[in-house]
Amino acid sequence: MAGEGAWASAAEIARAVAAGEISAATVVDDALARIDKLNPALNAFTAVTVERARAKARSIDAAPDEAKLPLAGVPFAVKNLFDVDGIASVAGSKINRAYPPANRDSPLIERLEAAGAILVGALNMGEYAYDFTGENAHDGPSRNPHDLTRMTGGSSGGSAGAVAGGLVPLTLGSDTNGSIRVPSSFCGIFGLKPTYGRLTRARTFPFVASLDHLGSFARTTRDLALSYDAMQGPDADDPACAQKPARPTVPQLDRGIEGLRVAVAGGYFRQGAFPEALEALDRVAEALHVVDEIELPEAARARSAAYVITATEAGALHLGRLRRQARDFDPAVRDRLIAGAMVPAALVNKAQIFRRWYRDQVLKLFEHCDAILAPATPCVAPKLGQQTFVVDGVEMPLRPNIGIYTQPISFVGLPVVAVPVPLLPLPIGVQIICAPWREDIALRVAHALEQMQIAAAPRPPVP
Amino acid sequence: MAALDEYIVSAAAALGLPLDEAWKPAVTTNLEVTLRHAAAVTEFKLPDDAEPAPVFKA
Repeated sequence: MAGEGAWASAAEIARAVAAGEISAATVVDDALARIDKLNPALNAFTAVTVERARAKARSIDAAPDEAKLPLAGVPFAVKNLFDVDGIASVAGSKINRAYPPANRDSPLIERLEAAGAILVGALNMGEYAYDFTGENAHDGPSRNPHDLTRMTGGSSGGSAGAVAGGLVPLTLGSDTNGSIRVPSSFCGIFGLKPTYGRLTRARTFPFVASLDHLGSFARTTRDLALSYDAMQGPDADDPACAQKPARPTVPQLDRGIEGLRVAVAGGYFRQGAFPEALEALDRVAEALHVVDEIELPEAARARSAAYVITATEAGALHLGRLRRQARDFDPAVRDRLIAGAMVPAALVNKAQIFRRWYRDQVLKLFEHCDAILAPATPCVAPKLGQQTFVVDGVEMPLRPNIGIYTQPISFVGLPVVAVPVPLLPLPIGVQIICAPWREDIALRVAHALEQMQIAAAPRPPVP
Repeated sequence: MAALDEYIVSAAAALGLPLDEAWKPAVTTNLEVTLRHAAAVTEFKLPDDAEPAPVFKA
């Protein structure tokens, strides 16, 4: 099989299974062996569904029709806030471990498995997703496959580490303020955060209902598109999920970028960036022959409004747990949640009013362009435990500033593909941002960059 | 900061939230940062009829 086993893409695996070159059972056993071998170092998985995965693989191998499915035999795993039948949805917490196990899979798992994919486990994450680092007070940190002393980024840390380390070709995560795009950037892989309301969030543990998105991680754009196409479409179980029919992106991938108008975000999105972030952005912009710079109006204020809505909705979500079990939280998360619960409602309402104004301004930009480029993170993966970094000679707290470039984008629900630029010694991501419901364009641009070898998921020094 | 120190104690009591002495500095700091972000939003003037982003549909 092309792609050397652990590094085979989902598309390559599905093709080889369909052609009878490899059985789904062998693919799954290889993935389980690799998880067994590497997870002690990477700490990406918190649960491995061995029996379930082997049973699903046997059913695919026994049914010729199933072996022809678009993700036939592809092992995947999910951030541990997705419901997995028989497992408690811990969402990175200690508290949820006492909750009853889920009695049905999340619909996104059901949809991927209906396309032939095989769930192999659940993944480490920052507690209750209130995190940009991938560190976890209860399970230990997810570790970056490119350098085990560095953060994966979060909160979907295990989702990125598992893909970057070659444990599985595909994972799912969530992104409220950057939790798919940040770990994609730090781990050097592709991440898709679709339009707000595109992928159903039913049967997942929430964080901020106004801002929560789900999406996928992979080592190629095609794998992102394959998984996204299998998952998109309405679902009455999530009131925020759009009643829009699926709009397949895989058939669009090879259309190229001829005629697409691409601009680079200036102003706010060039402030506070390390040279690596700007170098990656410049490489992408140059490859796409981008000359136009565009300003997202009031982006700093948009980040502030996202910050307020996040703090307060999260505080509200966890109010009962804070009253009853405050000592069982990660202390850093607890102190943020308590503060969030104390913010006056008048300020939250102002943030929601601003959100509509900002949305209208940003949508106008897409009358004149099809995609906007911006850094995904201001820096490459920091060291585990790192608290500050120096930007323009000023020492700043690291954690809240990791998401400065992602927050103003998810705040208005725009679809984004984070593409990895393989700088040395560490990769870093660039956001390709499009108008709502135009995931197809973001994926086309990402695919073109991959073909030009500007974007690529570099193979880390893990065995 | 002193006003916020008092506010978090009153707010915790009003909301029925536990607030250990050791947690207070971090809670105050987090609240102060959030209020600073909120101030950046509220100082941006929008008309009285500007609608919030979430719209209820009956």
